[in-house]
Amino acid sequence: MNTLADTVLPVRSDEDIVRVRQRVREVCIAAGFSLVDQTKMVTAASELARNALQHGGGGDMHMATPVENGRRGVRLTFMDEGPGIADVAQALRDGYTTGSGLGLGLGGAKRLVNEFAIDSRPGKGTRIMIARWK
Amino acid sequence: MDRIPILKVGEFLLVSVQVDMHDRLAMTLQDDLTARIVVDGARGVLIDISSLDVVDSFIGRMLGNIAAMSRVLDAQTVVVGMRPAVAITLVELGVALRGIQTALNVDSGMALLRKRVDAAAPSAGS
Repeated sequence: MNTLADTVLPVRSDEDIVRVRQRVREVCIAAGFSLVDQTKMVTAASELARNALQHGGGGDMHMATPVENGRRGVRLTFMDEGPGIADVAQALRDGYTTGSGLGLGLGGAKRLVNEFAIDSRPGKGTRIMIARWK
Repeated sequence: MDRIPILKVGEFLLVSVQVDMHDRLAMTLQDDLTARIVVDGARGVLIDISSLDVVDSFIGRMLGNIAAMSRVLDAQTVVVGMRPAVAITLVELGVALRGIQTALNVDSGMALLRKRVDAAAPSAGS
Protein backbone atom coordinates (compact mmCIF):
# COMPACT_ATOMS: atom_id res chain seq x y z
CA MET A 1 0.00 0.00 0.00
CA ASN A 2 1.45 3.31 -0.99
CA THR A 3 0.46 6.73 0.17
CA LEU A 4 1.95 8.29 -2.94
CA ALA A 5 2.22 6.99 -6.42
CA ASP A 6 5.66 5.62 -7.21
CA THR A 7 8.07 8.18 -8.53
CA VAL A 8 10.75 7.26 -11.02
CA LEU A 9 14.00 9.20 -11.29
CA PRO A 10 16.70 8.67 -13.89
CA VAL A 11 20.19 7.71 -12.74
CA ARG A 12 22.26 8.50 -15.80
CA SER A 13 24.68 11.24 -14.78
CA ASP A 14 26.56 12.73 -11.81
CA GLU A 15 23.88 15.40 -11.58
CA ASP A 16 21.20 12.69 -11.36
CA ILE A 17 22.91 11.31 -8.25
CA VAL A 18 22.61 14.75 -6.64
CA ARG A 19 18.92 14.90 -7.60
CA VAL A 20 18.39 11.42 -6.15
CA ARG A 21 19.87 12.60 -2.85
CA GLN A 22 17.63 15.68 -2.82
CA ARG A 23 14.41 13.82 -3.64
CA VAL A 24 15.12 11.02 -1.18
CA ARG A 25 15.77 13.65 1.50
CA GLU A 26 12.36 15.19 0.73
CA VAL A 27 10.44 11.93 1.02
CA CYS A 28 12.31 10.97 4.21
CA ILE A 29 11.32 14.30 5.75
CA ALA A 30 7.73 13.80 4.59
CA ALA A 31 7.76 10.33 6.17
CA GLY A 32 8.77 11.88 9.48
CA PHE A 33 12.26 10.36 9.69
CA SER A 34 14.71 11.70 12.27
CA LEU A 35 17.71 13.63 10.97
CA VAL A 36 20.03 10.65 11.46
CA ASP A 37 17.61 8.29 9.70
CA GLN A 38 17.21 10.75 6.82
CA THR A 39 20.97 10.99 6.49
CA LYS A 40 21.42 7.21 6.49
CA MET A 41 18.76 6.69 3.82
CA VAL A 42 20.04 9.52 1.62
CA THR A 43 23.60 8.22 1.92
CA ALA A 44 22.52 4.67 1.05
CA ALA A 45 20.63 6.05 -1.97
CA SER A 46 23.71 7.95 -3.07
CA GLU A 47 25.86 4.81 -2.90
CA LEU A 48 23.36 2.73 -4.87
CA ALA A 49 22.75 5.44 -7.46
CA ARG A 50 26.47 5.65 -8.07
CA ASN A 51 26.65 1.87 -8.30
CA ALA A 52 23.87 1.86 -10.91
CA LEU A 53 25.64 4.57 -12.86
CA GLN A 54 29.21 3.31 -12.69
CA HIS A 55 28.73 -0.44 -12.61
CA GLY A 56 25.39 -0.72 -14.40
CA GLY A 57 25.91 1.99 -17.00
CA GLY A 58 22.94 3.98 -15.69
CA GLY A 59 19.38 3.12 -14.83
CA ASP A 60 16.42 4.31 -12.81
CA MET A 61 15.38 4.68 -9.21
CA HIS A 62 11.80 3.93 -8.17
CA MET A 63 10.68 5.63 -5.00
CA ALA A 64 7.70 4.64 -2.89
CA THR A 65 6.40 5.58 0.55
CA PRO A 66 4.63 2.49 1.89
CA VAL A 67 2.76 2.23 5.17
CA GLU A 68 2.84 -1.17 6.89
CA ASN A 69 1.36 -1.95 10.29
CA GLY A 70 0.96 1.75 10.86
CA ARG A 71 4.64 2.48 10.19
CA ARG A 72 5.67 4.81 7.45
CA GLY A 73 8.60 3.91 5.32
CA VAL A 74 10.59 4.84 2.28
CA ARG A 75 11.37 2.17 -0.27
CA LEU A 76 13.81 2.70 -3.13
CA THR A 77 14.49 0.35 -6.00
CA PHE A 78 17.50 0.85 -8.24
CA MET A 79 17.43 -0.84 -11.61
CA ASP A 80 20.06 -1.01 -14.28
CA GLU A 81 20.62 -3.14 -17.32
CA GLY A 82 24.35 -3.38 -16.94
CA PRO A 83 26.58 -6.45 -16.82
CA GLY A 84 25.09 -7.62 -13.54
CA ILE A 85 26.96 -8.94 -10.53
CA ALA A 86 28.38 -12.42 -10.87
CA ASP A 87 29.06 -12.99 -7.17
CA VAL A 88 26.64 -11.01 -5.00
CA ALA A 89 28.14 -12.22 -1.70
CA GLN A 90 31.55 -11.00 -2.82
CA ALA A 91 30.16 -7.66 -4.00
CA LEU A 92 28.63 -7.07 -0.56
CA ARG A 93 31.93 -7.59 1.18
CA ASP A 94 33.73 -4.44 2.32
CA GLY A 95 36.71 -3.58 0.22
CA TYR A 96 35.50 -5.38 -2.86
CA THR A 97 35.52 -3.08 -5.84
CA THR A 98 35.48 -3.40 -9.59
CA GLY A 99 36.22 0.26 -10.06
CA SER A 100 38.21 2.96 -8.37
CA GLY A 101 35.99 3.20 -5.29
CA LEU A 102 36.53 2.14 -1.73
CA GLY A 103 34.38 -0.91 -2.24
CA LEU A 104 31.99 0.18 0.48
CA GLY A 105 29.02 1.01 -1.71
CA LEU A 106 26.84 -2.10 -1.52
CA GLY A 107 27.83 -3.47 1.87
CA GLY A 108 27.84 0.02 3.35
CA ALA A 109 24.42 0.85 1.93
CA LYS A 110 23.06 -2.40 3.36
CA ARG A 111 24.21 -1.43 6.85
CA LEU A 112 22.37 1.91 6.62
CA VAL A 113 18.89 0.51 5.95
CA ASN A 114 16.34 -1.87 7.49
CA GLU A 115 15.68 -3.94 4.38
CA PHE A 116 18.00 -4.81 1.54
CA ALA A 117 17.32 -7.12 -1.38
CA ILE A 118 19.44 -7.66 -4.43
CA ASP A 119 18.62 -9.49 -7.62
CA SER A 120 21.34 -9.63 -10.20
CA ARG A 121 22.29 -11.96 -12.99
CA PRO A 122 25.25 -11.64 -15.29
CA GLY A 123 24.16 -9.97 -18.51
CA LYS A 124 20.70 -9.20 -17.13
CA GLY A 125 21.36 -6.16 -15.00
CA THR A 126 20.90 -5.49 -11.32
CA ARG A 127 17.94 -4.61 -9.16
CA ILE A 128 18.50 -3.49 -5.58
CA MET A 129 15.67 -2.65 -3.18
CA ILE A 130 16.22 -0.87 0.10
CA ALA A 131 13.73 0.28 2.70
CA ARG A 132 13.85 2.15 5.97
CA TRP A 133 11.00 2.49 8.45
CA LYS A 134 10.21 5.25 10.86
CA MET B 1 28.58 26.45 -10.13
CA ASP B 2 31.30 24.29 -11.62
CA ARG B 3 34.06 25.07 -9.12
CA ILE B 4 34.35 25.32 -5.37
CA PRO B 5 36.24 28.52 -4.50
CA ILE B 6 39.59 28.19 -2.73
CA LEU B 7 40.64 31.13 -0.56
CA LYS B 8 44.22 31.85 0.43
CA VAL B 9 44.55 33.01 4.03
CA GLY B 10 48.18 33.58 4.88
CA GLU B 11 49.96 30.28 4.35
CA PHE B 12 46.72 28.31 4.45
CA LEU B 13 44.09 27.48 1.88
CA LEU B 14 40.47 27.66 2.98
CA VAL B 15 37.62 25.81 1.32
CA SER B 16 34.00 25.93 2.36
CA VAL B 17 31.84 23.42 0.54
CA GLN B 18 28.40 25.04 0.35
CA VAL B 19 26.74 22.90 -2.30
CA ASP B 20 25.82 19.25 -2.67
CA MET B 21 28.76 18.28 -4.88
CA HIS B 22 28.31 15.96 -7.80
CA ASP B 23 31.20 13.57 -8.31
CA ARG B 24 32.96 15.52 -11.04
CA LEU B 25 32.83 18.69 -8.95
CA ALA B 26 34.45 16.82 -6.07
CA MET B 27 37.21 15.55 -8.36
CA THR B 28 37.75 19.08 -9.68
CA LEU B 29 38.12 20.37 -6.13
CA GLN B 30 40.67 17.67 -5.39
CA ASP B 31 42.71 18.60 -8.46
CA ASP B 32 42.39 22.36 -7.88
CA LEU B 33 43.48 22.08 -4.26
CA THR B 34 46.49 19.97 -5.08
CA ALA B 35 47.56 22.46 -7.74
CA ARG B 36 47.00 25.44 -5.43
CA ILE B 37 49.08 23.91 -2.61
CA VAL B 38 52.03 23.94 -4.97
CA VAL B 39 51.35 27.30 -6.66
CA ASP B 40 50.73 29.13 -3.37
CA GLY B 41 53.27 27.18 -1.36
CA ALA B 42 50.51 26.53 1.16
CA ARG B 43 51.40 24.82 4.45
CA GLY B 44 47.87 23.85 5.35
CA VAL B 45 44.39 23.21 3.96
CA LEU B 46 41.19 23.73 5.89
CA ILE B 47 38.01 22.20 4.47
CA ASP B 48 34.73 23.28 6.01
CA ILE B 49 31.93 20.76 5.39
CA SER B 50 29.42 22.21 7.86
CA SER B 51 26.96 22.84 5.02
CA LEU B 52 27.05 19.25 3.80
CA ASP B 53 24.10 17.18 4.98
CA VAL B 54 25.44 14.07 3.24
CA VAL B 55 28.96 12.71 2.92
CA ASP B 56 28.99 9.40 1.10
CA SER B 57 31.92 7.08 0.37
CA PHE B 58 32.88 9.06 -2.73
CA ILE B 59 33.17 12.38 -0.90
CA GLY B 60 34.84 10.57 2.00
CA ARG B 61 37.41 9.17 -0.39
CA MET B 62 37.98 12.61 -1.89
CA LEU B 63 38.66 14.05 1.58
CA GLY B 64 41.12 11.23 2.23
CA ASN B 65 42.82 11.82 -1.11
CA ILE B 66 43.21 15.52 -0.42
CA ALA B 67 44.74 14.79 2.99
CA ALA B 68 47.14 12.24 1.49
CA MET B 69 48.16 14.44 -1.44
CA SER B 70 48.71 17.49 0.71
CA ARG B 71 50.83 15.44 3.10
CA VAL B 72 53.05 14.43 0.20
CA LEU B 73 53.27 18.12 -0.75
CA ASP B 74 54.33 19.06 2.80
CA ALA B 75 50.99 20.56 3.80
CA GLN B 76 48.53 19.61 6.55
CA THR B 77 44.79 19.11 6.05
CA VAL B 78 42.04 19.62 8.58
CA VAL B 79 38.37 18.91 7.90
CA VAL B 80 35.99 20.92 10.07
CA GLY B 81 32.30 21.20 10.80
CA MET B 82 31.10 17.67 10.17
CA ARG B 83 27.49 17.35 11.26
CA PRO B 84 26.74 14.69 13.89
CA ALA B 85 24.28 12.82 11.64
CA VAL B 86 26.93 12.72 8.92
CA ALA B 87 29.55 11.38 11.35
CA ILE B 88 27.20 8.62 12.57
CA THR B 89 26.34 7.63 9.00
CA LEU B 90 29.96 7.61 7.82
CA VAL B 91 31.06 5.29 10.59
CA GLU B 92 28.19 2.90 9.89
CA LEU B 93 28.95 3.07 6.19
CA GLY B 94 32.48 1.95 7.01
CA VAL B 95 34.28 5.16 6.08
CA ALA B 96 36.48 5.88 9.08
CA LEU B 97 38.33 8.82 7.48
CA ARG B 98 41.62 7.47 8.75
CA GLY B 99 44.51 9.85 8.28
CA ILE B 100 42.22 12.86 8.25
CA GLN B 101 42.51 15.44 11.01
CA THR B 102 39.18 16.88 12.05
CA ALA B 103 38.06 19.77 14.22
CA LEU B 104 34.65 20.93 15.32
CA ASN B 105 34.71 24.35 13.70
CA VAL B 106 36.82 26.73 11.64
CA ASP B 107 38.37 28.40 14.69
CA SER B 108 39.66 25.22 16.26
CA GLY B 109 40.58 23.90 12.82
CA MET B 110 42.78 26.93 12.19
CA ALA B 111 44.37 26.55 15.62
CA LEU B 112 45.08 22.89 14.93
CA LEU B 113 46.59 23.69 11.53
CA ARG B 114 48.78 26.37 13.09
CA LYS B 115 49.99 23.93 15.74
CA ARG B 116 50.75 21.19 13.25
CA VAL B 117 52.54 23.49 10.84
CA ASP B 118 54.62 24.97 13.67
CA ALA B 119 55.48 21.49 14.90
CA ALA B 120 56.57 20.49 11.42
CA ALA B 121 58.43 23.77 10.83
CA PRO B 122 61.99 22.76 11.74
CA SER B 123 62.07 20.49 8.73
CA ALA B 124 63.59 17.14 9.59
CA GLY B 125 65.73 17.49 6.48
CA SER B 126 65.52 13.84 5.56
